[in-house]
Amino acid sequence: MIKFTFYLFSLVLIFAASRVITVKNPVHAALFLVLTFFSSAAIWLLLQAEFLAMVLILVYVGAVMVLFLFVLMMLNINFDTLREGFVRHLPLAIFVGLVILAEMVLVVGAWDHAMPTEVAAGSNTAALGSILYTEYVYPFEIAAAILLVAMIAAIALTMRPHTRAKYQKPEQQVKVRREDRLRIIKMDAETKD
Amino acid sequence: MPELNEFLIVAAVLFCISAAGIFLNRKNLLIILMCIELMLLSVNMNFIAFSYFNADLAGQVFVFFILTVAAAESAIGLAILIILFRNKYSINVDDINTMKG
Repeated sequence: MIKFTFYLFSLVLIFAASRVITVKNPVHAALFLVLTFFSSAAIWLLLQAEFLAMVLILVYVGAVMVLFLFVLMMLNINFDTLREGFVRHLPLAIFVGLVILAEMVLVVGAWDHAMPTEVAAGSNTAALGSILYTEYVYPFEIAAAILLVAMIAAIALTMRPHTRAKYQKPEQQVKVRREDRLRIIKMDAETKD
Repeated sequence: MPELNEFLIVAAVLFCISAAGIFLNRKNLLIILMCIELMLLSVNMNFIAFSYFNADLAGQVFVFFILTVAAAESAIGLAILIILFRNKYSINVDDINTMKG
């Protein structure tokens, strides 16, 4: 039964991945990528990596793919010109793909058959959490810093200031001196009439 | 339970599909970004398969970090794509030749 599930999800995975690179419409490519992520999350569940399967669906399908679809639909891109050269590059792509595949299958085939060792019973999430916050706590904090840097970089890259809006300029406000704003004039006293 | 080889071969097929996808869609920057995501996914599948068959959680921790970095990478990649489109009105890779020298 597990074998059947594995083969079913692998077939869906490979079908969806091959559709990602061949469909005409990039929105469909993004949706097929979602299907790829779902089926690989199912395979990860078979490997008892429940936490990562959930994270894959939440982070990738929930955040990254939505970001992709947002960008796709907000930009007004003419996709027809981007597809030219598809047929011309097809033989090269198939050749390179098959060469890489043959090499990898040769290497993997020479592997001696490892049997699944008994995984400790209990929650995968708890085990991962206890190892992540003790042994891998510094890499974990570096990952947090990487996410912060990515967020700041993405905002700084795409934000453009409004040209019509009026902003305070603190550096000029601080630099201002009394002579710039205040003018003392001397004049004779005026008579009251 | 399927053997380790089968998981590795599925991941290898996924990697080859995404490598071929970069060749096929070499003009469309968005599809190239999607292919990079697929490549990282296949690498993650290798890590998780090894982690299961060796009963070692370090592989899953590594996948966690790869997911983090991949999310950051795609966010910055899409931001660069947006400012590229704003300046050139195109995401064709052939149009990105300003720094060709």
